[in-house]
Amino acid sequence: MATQPSISTEMTVTNTIPREDYHYVWPLPPRIRPPLRDFSAASLSAHLATAPIDSIDIADPMYWETDTNGVFFKRLRDEAPIHFTSLNNSRHRGYWSVTRWADIMAVDTNHAVFSSDAHLGGITLFDMDQDFIMPMFIAMDQPKHDVQRKAVNPIVSGSNLAAFESLIRERTQEVLDGLPRGEVFDWVDKVSIELTSRMLATLFDFPQEHRRKLTYWSDIATADPEVPGNLQKEERQGVLMGMLQEFMGLWNDRVNDPAPKGDLISMLAHNPATRDMPPMEFMGNLVLLIVGGNDTTRNSITGGLKFLNDNPAEYAKLRANPALVESMVSEIVRYQTPLAHMRRTVLEDTILGGQHLRKGDKVVMWYVSGNRDERAIDNPDAFIIDRPRARQHMSFGFGIHRCVGNRLAELQLKILWEEILLRFDNIEVVAEPERVPSAFVRGYKSLMVRIPA
Amino acid sequence: MASITYVEHDGTAHSVEVADGVSLMEGALGNGVPGIDGDCGGNAACATCHVYVDAAWATHLAPISDMEEAMLDLADGRRESSRLACQIFAGAAIDGITVEMPETQH
Repeated sequence: MATQPSISTEMTVTNTIPREDYHYVWPLPPRIRPPLRDFSAASLSAHLATAPIDSIDIADPMYWETDTNGVFFKRLRDEAPIHFTSLNNSRHRGYWSVTRWADIMAVDTNHAVFSSDAHLGGITLFDMDQDFIMPMFIAMDQPKHDVQRKAVNPIVSGSNLAAFESLIRERTQEVLDGLPRGEVFDWVDKVSIELTSRMLATLFDFPQEHRRKLTYWSDIATADPEVPGNLQKEERQGVLMGMLQEFMGLWNDRVNDPAPKGDLISMLAHNPATRDMPPMEFMGNLVLLIVGGNDTTRNSITGGLKFLNDNPAEYAKLRANPALVESMVSEIVRYQTPLAHMRRTVLEDTILGGQHLRKGDKVVMWYVSGNRDERAIDNPDAFIIDRPRARQHMSFGFGIHRCVGNRLAELQLKILWEEILLRFDNIEVVAEPERVPSAFVRGYKSLMVRIPA
Repeated sequence: MASITYVEHDGTAHSVEVADGVSLMEGALGNGVPGIDGDCGGNAACATCHVYVDAAWATHLAPISDMEEAMLDLADGRRESSRLACQIFAGAAIDGITVEMPETQH
C-alpha cells in the first residue's frame, strides 16, 4: 500500500473565533511563548528571522519592549502580506495582519466592509473590555462618527492652530531653558511629557497645575493589565471612573455658559451631536482625545532625538540647514509610527490580497509595517530628514478616521526642533531607551540624555 | 498637456502645464506649487489636496465618488465647489482651469 499523505489531525484555523463562541475569562489564558533560553532582543530577533511564520504571535508585548518586531513584519510583507495568526487565539480570538502599504490603504478606505465599532471590539487588536465598553468616535462607524468628529474638529483646524502658535513657542522656550546642562536627565519626563501635558491641559482648559493627571490617565487607558507593574483590570476601570468624575465637574461648570468657549469640554457640552452623550461615551471620547493628544506626540518628541543620535550625518545636515525641520517632522512621525496599528472588524465576507476574510474577522492594519514597505517608500529603513515627499506616510491613518490632530502634532514638533536648534548644538543620548511593552502604543518610558555644559 | 492655474488663499496665482492624465495634486507637487500637501498619495483618503473649483468648470469633472465625498465632508472650509485635486485629471476638457486653495490643508 502506497504511503498515505500525512493529514494533520488539527484543521488549520483561518478565521476569528466569533465573539459569541468566545468565553471571555479574566485573567486571560497564559500566553504561549517560543522555547527560547532567554527573551533578550538578540534571541528574539534571531527567532523572528527564522521561526515558521505561523508560530509567531507578534502581539506579544515582548516583541515591542525589545523593538524586534520589524524583522517579522519584513517577512510578512514578502512572504505572507495578508496573514492570519491563530497562535494564542484563546486570548485574542485570532487576527489577520495586513502589512503592505497598498493593502492597508485598501482596508483603511473601505468603511463599508471594515468596521471600527466599539461594540464589535473597536480599533485595537485586543477587544475593548466586554464589561467596560467606552464608545468614542474613533470606534464608531458612519454616520455617528462624522457628527461627533465634527464637534471637536474646529479646535485643531488650520485657522485655530495659528492662534496656538505663540503659546506653544513660549512654553517650548520655557521648558528648554529650564533643562540642566552637563548632567544626565530623562528626556521623556522633562521634555516629551512636559510639553504634551501642557498642550493637552490647554485644549481641555484643564487646570495646568494638575496636568500630569492627564498623562497618568493616558498611560492607564492604554496600559496592558497583564504586564507586571501595571494596574489590574478593575483598578484601571476605577481610575478611569475617577477621570470621568473629574471631567464631569468641568462639563457641569461649562454646559450652562451662554455660548461654548474654545476648549474641548465646552465644545462637547454644547454641540447637539455630543451634548446628550451617556457618561461612558463621554469617558470614551475623553480617552480618545487624551491618548490621541498625548501618547502620540510624546513618543515622536522622544523618537526624533533618538533617531538623530543614531544618524549623526542627518543631525549634521539639520544643524547646517534648520529649514529641514519641516520635512524632518514628517520623517520622524513616519519613522516612529507612534501607534503601531489600528484594527477593524469585517462586516461582510470579502477577499483581500487573495485571502478570504469572513464576517466577524479581526483585521489589523500594521501602520508600523506599511511605513517600512519597500513597495511604497524608497529605502524605508533609513531615517532621511530631507526625504522627498516625506508627508506620504501612514502614521496618521487614512480615510474618515485619519488623525484629527495631525496638524497640531506637526506644529508642536516643528516649534520644538526650531527652538532646540537655536539653543543646543548637541543633545546626546547616553543610553538605550526603555520602551513601552505594547503592540499598540509604540513608545518610550524613558530616554536618558545629556546636554553638554 | 493642460494649463492649470492654482490660486493660493492669499491670491497668489501659479500657472503651470500638467501632462494629460496626471492629477492636479501631482501637478502641484511636481511643479512646486505651495498649498497642496497630498499626504495619501492620491487615494482620496486624506483631504490634504482640497481645492475649490468654479461651477463653470465643475461640469467638466468626473462626479464626486463616495470616498471623496466622505473626506470632503470632514474637511475644514467645505463648500459646494470643494473637490480633491487628486481626483481631477489634466486633459483637454479642463485646459485653462483655475482652482483655488483653502487657507490650510487639514
